[in-house]
Amino acid sequence: MGGFLLSKTILIVIIFVITLVIAMYSTILERKFAAWLQDRIGPNRTGPGGILQPLADGVKMFMKEEIIPANAHKFLFIMGPMLAMTTALMASVVIPWGKSLKIGDFVMDLQVADLNIGILYVFGVVSIGVYGIMIGGWASNNKFSLLGALRASSQMISYELAMSLSLVAVIMSTGTLSMGEIAAQQSGWHWNVFTQPLSFIIFIICAFAETNRTPFDLPECETELIGGYHTEYSSMGLGFYLFAEYINMFISSAVMATIFFGGYNMPFLDQLGLAPNVEALIGTAFFFGKIAFFILFFMWVRWTIPRFRYDQLMNLGWKVMIPLALVNILITGSVLILRDHFNF
Amino acid sequence: MLTLSNRKKVMEQEKLSFSEKLYLPVIAKGLLITIKHLFKRKATIKYPEQTREFAKVYRGHHVLKRDEQGRENCTACGLCAVACPAEAITIVAAERKPGEEHLYREEKYAASYDINMLRCIFCGLCEEACPKDAIYLTDRIVETEYEREDFIYGKDKLVEKIDQRIDVSKRKIKSEFYQPIKN
Amino acid sequence: MQAALFYGLSIVAIMCACGVVVSRNPIHSVLFLILTFFSISGHYILMNAQFIALVNIIVYAGAIMVLFLFVVMLLNLNKESEPHKSDLVKIIAATSAGLFSLVLVGVLKGATLPAYEGMMDSENGLVKNLGRVLFQEFLLPFELSSILFLSAMVGAVLLGKKNVQA
Ligand code: SF4
Ligand code: SF4
Repeated sequence: MGGFLLSKTILIVIIFVITLVIAMYSTILERKFAAWLQDRIGPNRTGPGGILQPLADGVKMFMKEEIIPANAHKFLFIMGPMLAMTTALMASVVIPWGKSLKIGDFVMDLQVADLNIGILYVFGVVSIGVYGIMIGGWASNNKFSLLGALRASSQMISYELAMSLSLVAVIMSTGTLSMGEIAAQQSGWHWNVFTQPLSFIIFIICAFAETNRTPFDLPECETELIGGYHTEYSSMGLGFYLFAEYINMFISSAVMATIFFGGYNMPFLDQLGLAPNVEALIGTAFFFGKIAFFILFFMWVRWTIPRFRYDQLMNLGWKVMIPLALVNILITGSVLILRDHFNF
Repeated sequence: MLTLSNRKKVMEQEKLSFSEKLYLPVIAKGLLITIKHLFKRKATIKYPEQTREFAKVYRGHHVLKRDEQGRENCTACGLCAVACPAEAITIVAAERKPGEEHLYREEKYAASYDINMLRCIFCGLCEEACPKDAIYLTDRIVETEYEREDFIYGKDKLVEKIDQRIDVSKRKIKSEFYQPIKN
Repeated sequence: MQAALFYGLSIVAIMCACGVVVSRNPIHSVLFLILTFFSISGHYILMNAQFIALVNIIVYAGAIMVLFLFVVMLLNLNKESEPHKSDLVKIIAATSAGLFSLVLVGVLKGATLPAYEGMMDSENGLVKNLGRVLFQEFLLPFELSSILFLSAMVGAVLLGKKNVQA
């Protein structure tokens, strides 16, 4: 029991730190990547090649004056960013970061909790992620914030539906709700993208909407809403909101990599005949490679595609994504039945 | 319909083709275009270390010239101040005393000569107006200051130092586009 | 440990439920209601019914309450715009609520509660067992209720449309 608690605590702390560091460095990567795509070189003054920029930004955020508007609801105004941050961090619990390590005869799982309903847990966390934004937007007592919050919530509810429906097909074909098992099933090349491509496309589009990233970043669209739900925030409150967005991006990349791209599985790794521990670590590194790819993809799309109009967003969600996901479920179901029937 | 200018055009929105309606192929195309720029040469010039090459006709910080013997050319005629569209130049004239011949070339000189660099638009009209070959614009950059007053440059900043002559030969070459006014 | 958790969660749940009724600001009410849902989900987890707990969070806390909050925020209710309630209405409301609670207490007093200890490790709330029960024993009611939802949805869409040729 003691060893169990200790290993879990260590794992949680490590994941926490890694998440924060990755989120931090996503900010600089975002700026750099945007610059590269626009034939610029991006921030390059703080440290060699601008590598210390996130630290400088963090320090700046901390040093700024915290302004709470006079007519804001004080308690909820402070709660908003905290909630956003907490929910963003919570989802990392069920993600399997790698195969288990063996230290002596102690087995250390690289997953904090292998809930047998891991996918549902992710959905639960995602669905309460709206509250941080809504509460913050409302508590600011500002029309722009409120509009941003309303946009965020309606957008998230709409796309959550399509997102869960798209995963239903995956759950049907894998037959499990546990993230650990889904990752384990995809050893070698049996990645779920190949069996469920449509589901993946729907999922990634919805992930963009859920994380409020660019083609769907209406809640914070500057041209119409100033800053959207975080218009009134300054200092670390704003920092938390911005940070939560990057953590969300990281987590949804990790979820995508786990569910559709084989998680920690690396093709042909088991044929090299390495020690199991080394193999597990390489698998984890490969997993982070996949995550990095998805984060880059998020950014790549951000600097390519312009923002949707609000009615277009809703049309896409309700009239395209959800029917497509339903059709996908239907197809998966029929294929499964046929397979049972003819035994292939 | 009759319109005022007769230039009205009715735009017709083309129907989207099937692949355009699917969005994804078009999005992929867009993504390809952006990713190509990742490998393009960057246009940024890292300023303090690298500087952009100046145009040959660059007009910056003025200089009040001296002649070969080190005497100030300016005779405080005020033509530059009259020509200046921004009214940036203020001159106070004074008469040359005996014994000051080695300082001033003409018998009248500018006791003070101020250019307000915040007003100046660096048009170069002062240079063109000057009959005495006294004022030129150079390719030096006017530095930034914190106070507005500091932008009013007096003779201390404008007149060239005797031992540090400023080369304005480039400004004296008239460009191919230059056409002297005929009257 | 479990008993302590149970009592803690129960206290939170009841406090928040009271908060829903008592607080004057409708937004506070909604937020309290969300907290209530969370503590009830905690109870479900204590009973080893993780699936129900999470579905409770996803559906109630994550979707329905968001819509509630949405509407309340849009209406922007506050003290000034609160309609004035006459004393008579207040008295009637208090009496009927009291009577209702009387009925509830009466019913619950007679009921025999199943043993609390056994519920901790029942497998009823797990996905597998729940699915079995729903799709074998209670298949007909389950499907009927889904048809009910579908018709409600169609009805809502029809009501939402302005010009429908009947
Ligand atoms: S450059 Fe033009 S604006 Fe500047 S001082 Fe000369 S005439 Fe005036
Ligand atoms: S700079 Fe030239 S134009 Fe101006 S006052 Fe002196 S001599 Fe005259």
